[in-house]
Amino acid sequence: MTDATQSGPMLAADGTPLKKSLARSLRRRKLRALALIAPLLLFVLLSFVIPIVSMLFRSVENGIVAETLPLTVVELKNWDAESGELPDEALYAAFTKDMVVAIDEKTHTRLGSRLNYEQTGMSSMFRRSGRQIKKLDPETDGPFKDKLIDIHDGWGDIETWRTIKTHAVPITNGYFLNAIDMRRTPEGAQAQPEDKQILIKLFGRTLMMSLIITASCILLAYPVSYLLATLPMRVSNLLMILVLLPFWTSLLVRTSAWKVMLQQQGVINETLVWLGLVADDARLVIINNQFGTIIAMTHILLPFMILPMYSVMQTIPPSYTRAAKSMGATNWTTFWRIYFPQSIPGIGAGSILVFILAIGYYITPEIVGGTKGVFISNRIAYHISSSLNWGLAAALGTILLAVVLLLYWCYDKIVGIDNVKLG
Amino acid sequence: MAALTPISRKPMSVVLPAVAIAGGFLGMFVGAGQGSVLLGIVIGAALMAGLAWVYVNVLDNERMARWITILGLGALGLLFAGVTGLIVGLLAGWFFAFFIFWLYEGRYRQKLLPYMTGQQVFWHYAFRVICGAIFVFLITPILVVLPLSFNAQDFFTFTPEMLRLDPEGYSLKHYRDFFTNNEWQRSFKNSLIIAPIATIISVSLGTLAAIGLSQSHVPGKRAIMGILISPMIVPLIISATGMFFFYSDIGRFLEGTLGMDKNFVGYVKVILAHAVLGIPFVIITVTATLVGFDQSLTRASANMGAGPVRTFFKIQMPLILPGVISGGLFAFITSFDEVVVVLFVGSASQKTLPWQMFTGLREQISPTILAVATILVVISIALLTTVELLRRRSERLRGLSPA
Amino acid sequence: MKVKTTLMASAIAAVAGGAMAEEMTIVSWGGAYSKSQLKAYHEPYSEKTGVTILNDDSSAEAVAKLRAMNEAGNITWDVVDVVAADAIRLCDEGLAMEIDPDVHLAAAPDGTSAADDFGDLLVSDCFIPQIVYSTTFGYRTDLVGDTPPTDVCAVFDLEAYPGKRSLEKRPINNMEWALICDGVAKDDVYDVLATAEGQDQALAKLDTIKDSVVWWSAGADTPQLLADGEVIMGSTYNGRLFSVIEEQKQPVAMLWDAQVFDLDGWIIPAGLSEERTQRALDYIMFATDTQRLADQAKYISYGPARASSAPLVGQHADLGIDMAPHMPTDPENAKNTFLYNYEFWADYRDDIDAKFQAWLAQ
Repeated sequence: MTDATQSGPMLAADGTPLKKSLARSLRRRKLRALALIAPLLLFVLLSFVIPIVSMLFRSVENGIVAETLPLTVVELKNWDAESGELPDEALYAAFTKDMVVAIDEKTHTRLGSRLNYEQTGMSSMFRRSGRQIKKLDPETDGPFKDKLIDIHDGWGDIETWRTIKTHAVPITNGYFLNAIDMRRTPEGAQAQPEDKQILIKLFGRTLMMSLIITASCILLAYPVSYLLATLPMRVSNLLMILVLLPFWTSLLVRTSAWKVMLQQQGVINETLVWLGLVADDARLVIINNQFGTIIAMTHILLPFMILPMYSVMQTIPPSYTRAAKSMGATNWTTFWRIYFPQSIPGIGAGSILVFILAIGYYITPEIVGGTKGVFISNRIAYHISSSLNWGLAAALGTILLAVVLLLYWCYDKIVGIDNVKLG
Repeated sequence: MAALTPISRKPMSVVLPAVAIAGGFLGMFVGAGQGSVLLGIVIGAALMAGLAWVYVNVLDNERMARWITILGLGALGLLFAGVTGLIVGLLAGWFFAFFIFWLYEGRYRQKLLPYMTGQQVFWHYAFRVICGAIFVFLITPILVVLPLSFNAQDFFTFTPEMLRLDPEGYSLKHYRDFFTNNEWQRSFKNSLIIAPIATIISVSLGTLAAIGLSQSHVPGKRAIMGILISPMIVPLIISATGMFFFYSDIGRFLEGTLGMDKNFVGYVKVILAHAVLGIPFVIITVTATLVGFDQSLTRASANMGAGPVRTFFKIQMPLILPGVISGGLFAFITSFDEVVVVLFVGSASQKTLPWQMFTGLREQISPTILAVATILVVISIALLTTVELLRRRSERLRGLSPA
Repeated sequence: MKVKTTLMASAIAAVAGGAMAEEMTIVSWGGAYSKSQLKAYHEPYSEKTGVTILNDDSSAEAVAKLRAMNEAGNITWDVVDVVAADAIRLCDEGLAMEIDPDVHLAAAPDGTSAADDFGDLLVSDCFIPQIVYSTTFGYRTDLVGDTPPTDVCAVFDLEAYPGKRSLEKRPINNMEWALICDGVAKDDVYDVLATAEGQDQALAKLDTIKDSVVWWSAGADTPQLLADGEVIMGSTYNGRLFSVIEEQKQPVAMLWDAQVFDLDGWIIPAGLSEERTQRALDYIMFATDTQRLADQAKYISYGPARASSAPLVGQHADLGIDMAPHMPTDPENAKNTFLYNYEFWADYRDDIDAKFQAWLAQ
């Protein structure tokens, strides 16, 4: 260093200072790396991340009330929901005005569906009232309070207005509260009635079952991968076919196969009865419950565990274990102290794959899970495709995503993500 | 293969108990079927031990002993449980004939290292039995449903006719349905178009990005990695809905502004959507193989005058190929077996095989989907076997001894 | 006057159709049902107009996908087959367009207006019914003993009919049956079900058989379960049971008691271009006339939604048996029936479904 200061900066071959030249080369390498990543990153960002984020944003978005009933929302601000009295005529007039516009644009029933998630009966109230309110002229037909209450009792119910007021905010926490078995009320967040609490239970069950499935995959995949990795290539490649065949077979076919196997008149029960191990009237109940889901999903996800484990174990030199044994280690010590630690990256990669895939499955649990084997994704799918409550579905999805990320982070802290090897 | 270890005959004190245990195990099942488990165990153990004693001490002719056991147990099976019993009996007979002499002659040590202790030998075989059981678990469900594709009825049920092996119970009509039904043919063709192209896209882009990611000094590496892996983490149904919006816009642009064919655009949409879903698998596998990659190799190559492209194809690619292949395999399966996203992003003319299967399962349970599965299984066995045979051939040609 | 409008509308549509129509996408359920539509509607329509019809088996996802299409402003479907409850939801959400039956539908051959011919079945402004189907029970004749069940409460009678039964994994229909078998009069069912106590009562009744129920979610499940002997009785759509009994010759019989009528029919997505709307309307006018609706019954055992079609129902196209006795609307089968209360379920579906799912998960 002192030399360099004495005779000026150290120079590279082309005469530029070395420091600068190195920095330039580093910058160029960074740029090249980024250039390699950029196409894919852009592609994934554009086609996946942005749409998904905007989809998940629906979990808080709630503009519909204020957009459909702009004047009413303003009037509602002046009404004290705790007063125990119905709002005054001004609000009813504003509401009629809003509704006439909304009916013209056919958005009032949409609002009714939205509010029906919060209070049962809103849907038909908006639809039925719409036909009558359409005939009113907001300028000349006042006063409206009694007329509206005549059209539908609901407009004379304080609860109706309280619900509208509660959900008139453009950004709501309502869906997230729903997603954890709570609800947004005029008095703040409250627990759902007990007979409607299910989602937290489903979250817990999904996590628990995914863990069990991951564990049983590890248990089954480890010996098989070890065998495949230690056998001569020509034998192991043939055995590999047995692993790849299920992998190639459609998920739907495999799930149906388990149904054929596990049901009460299924192959396993029939065989056991034929062998006399199980009485005909005491057939095993191994489907439409958690057991069925675990078995079927373990089977479906097992190749995702075996393949990474196998490729890691293949790289473990057999000479290490031989060396350990020649130095007097017992079989168990050799395995536990020498072989197992080297195979951990494979377990890690397989576990991440299996766990994440398991947590998001819903077709298999739907078919073999019965009532106690369904996952939270089944509810997400229901709210997306049946009840159209996309806000709740997005909230559930966001929570699920957060849980996965949290677990991923914990895993990184405990095992270290660089310690993961796949393929 | 030459014997590693000299073998010697084992004393009866080893053979008889082992055979008796196995015999008792079989006897247990037969006994359970006939009413008394205990009696079954005792008779089974005694019968098998007796047979072993007679074969070793009196008969001493392996061929004859084998046929006696197979036919004898087959006859017993027929007596107890008809045709199915006959098959089980023949198989059991074959096993016991083999087992007795395998133990007696000490053949079980033949292929093992000479210095292994008895315990190690036992564990060696126990381990294989465990692995065998796991392989059975993996493969049985598939083998069990495949015969149902020959069912004469339209259900996933083993009919009495099928169990009696009556030809009446079998038919090829589901295969006929697959080959003659337009819907099945079209969806099969669509899958064969969409899955490989999606795989190629995700493998090529994914590999490039993985190489970029594996360089040192990439800013925001963790965040980039997270973004690239995200398609695997988001629940599929949400991905499907979200992606619909993006691809709908893209579709409108391609059709409206660029005037492309509607059908073609439909394929582009599904292919790109599937490619995104496959990317995480490629990224994970390829970055993992690159972790152990020796960067001095690329420098050496550059030193010798190779350009970056040449270095990539001649040096890096061959070394990371296993990772790329398994990533590609995952990506292919992701597309080939994907039903949720295609339901949203695709339209009728892009109906893929899983979509058709899904409708089939929902609207009419028809064993045609099993016929398809059977065909795919046969094709993949053929493919995998060919690959393996080619590998062995090239090994032989290159003069390598089998590993 | 009406005839004139009809004629004019069809003339306009025919001209418009001939001028540009090449292709339209019709969404339906797939399987045997799509096949019956193909034979009864699509093929004759294509022959008549030269329009190519693309069949898309996406009805199960129609509600979600229509919403996504609508928000994206890119609607690729022209006509969609949905159940009435979904049609009401789509109409409420502004995703389906309103169709005036007297303007856009053909009158009956005797001149009865379309609105009168369909009658009460026009349950939504956006929905043109096509078939009446029912959700009802089938039972294994060989597994129910000497006295086959004759009334729906057999489902709740574990003593007389031990064994598993299959029910749909949703509250609709199950709650009604539970209340009826718990002594609630048929006319009061929805009043009772509107109260929290009534819902609890229904769930309590279902609780008595919960351990013996296999829950299904796809229409094909119950036929499979019955064929396996996995359940001794189960609910499903009557057309599926017809196929099990008459086409597959399984030892299964129908229990028509307390069958719940439901409707399936067409909607046109809102926001189509004018020409596509005209084409879609023209198709619907063709496909829902008296003769076409009766034709569909040749291929599948669902009742035509028009009163005027009922006398025209003939024989099954392949089996050659009379279809009338297999229709859910046949007087012999319809002694004790129930009409799905759309208004009620549109309101209570979210609420009761949450309770039902929580009960299931217990």
